[in-house]
Amino acid sequence: MEAKELIARRVAQEIAPGMLVNLGIGLPSLVANFVPAERGVFFQAENGVIGLGARPPEGMQDPHLTDAGGGFVTAVPGAASIDSAMSFGLIRGGHLDMTVLGGLEVDEAGMLANWKVPGKMVPGMGGAMDLVTGAARVVVAMQHSARGGSKIVPKCSLPLTSLRRVSLVVTDLAVIEPSDAGLVLRERAPGVSVAAIRAATAARLIVPEEVPEMRLG
Amino acid sequence: MKGLKAEAAAELIPDGASLLIGGFMAVGTPERLIDALIARRAEGLTVIANDTAMPGKGIGKLISAGAVRRAVVSHIGLNPETQAKMLAGELAVELVPQGTLVERIRAGGVGLGGVLTPTGLGTEVEDGKPVIEVEGRRYLLETPIRADFALLAAWQADYVGNLCYSLTAHNFNPVMALSGKTVIAEPEAIVPVGVIPPDAVKTPGVLVDHLILRE
Repeated sequence: MEAKELIARRVAQEIAPGMLVNLGIGLPSLVANFVPAERGVFFQAENGVIGLGARPPEGMQDPHLTDAGGGFVTAVPGAASIDSAMSFGLIRGGHLDMTVLGGLEVDEAGMLANWKVPGKMVPGMGGAMDLVTGAARVVVAMQHSARGGSKIVPKCSLPLTSLRRVSLVVTDLAVIEPSDAGLVLRERAPGVSVAAIRAATAARLIVPEEVPEMRLG
Repeated sequence: MKGLKAEAAAELIPDGASLLIGGFMAVGTPERLIDALIARRAEGLTVIANDTAMPGKGIGKLISAGAVRRAVVSHIGLNPETQAKMLAGELAVELVPQGTLVERIRAGGVGLGGVLTPTGLGTEVEDGKPVIEVEGRRYLLETPIRADFALLAAWQADYVGNLCYSLTAHNFNPVMALSGKTVIAEPEAIVPVGVIPPDAVKTPGVLVDHLILRE
């Protein structure tokens, strides 16, 4: 299975019936493909829709209906369109059950950096700082390593997104849960050993006696 | 309400003006007004908006034309020209968290002296800002934003300037309608009074100074 699909499938297991969930652009947006419609989940796009649906057929796009990446989408029955003040009121006000975002770095304190590489890449924080600060649960979906280096580090060197500790980190190698004591290794990707995860991780990991393989649904 | 051609509206906007511009990745952005500003070679503008879209679309066209001196936005990741001009020192960019940006604009338009938000605490966004504790929780004090003009895109306007919006083309438009000294709305259609039911009006016409007429 491709790394991105594995991550998306595992994150989808975190989404319970009836939740309101925000998916970031890129890898996190793939999660919706693995959440069955009968679970009754509403996806929010922060540009102003609750009840994001699938991509429309070619030639049937509504120019007024896009996701936060600017891609054309549809809306599911029961959807609502809202303005940006309402959208971020939901996010910051604790009404959003879960946000799934990409990451550049996560550290041993569970801090996330995902909006800026000084002097090189400055996409801006967009909604990320509000999402990480306000959502009930924050899930980071990212590749374990980039350019041969671990993205899970002792301390973030890049500018932080929030002082809020993230709830869970899902990578192509592992599921990691930040805690008061540090980063706890909860699950392994299929066929990946604890030793291989340790070798690919710059941060210190707390490894329980049992580290089961990921549930992929 | 008298309508204006986009070209005439662009003449009302002087070089160096501050503009609130609606839209999210150019969805809900007044494209004809932007084209008219570029046609009259506007320069030195301050643009306050969610993002700078992408080259060739919405605010991206103003960036490419060199019309913007300063941008106050939440995201520039999908416009490499904005990033390049910023890193080259040709364009000043103030990055503001999206939820903070919309509330600062709202505060400016509704007579509030600022916003207390937890967003940005402990990050670069906090630098230089007062931290205020309320009922045991810490917040950043973010100041209100107003501008010389608000340039809005709407789906329908009626003859008295009431506006309604479609789906994700709402975004910043209804909020910005309160925060520009002069408010110019570019609707896709202008309909007789009564076509937009009172319950569907998101921006009351009393806020709108000028409607852009159809081509």
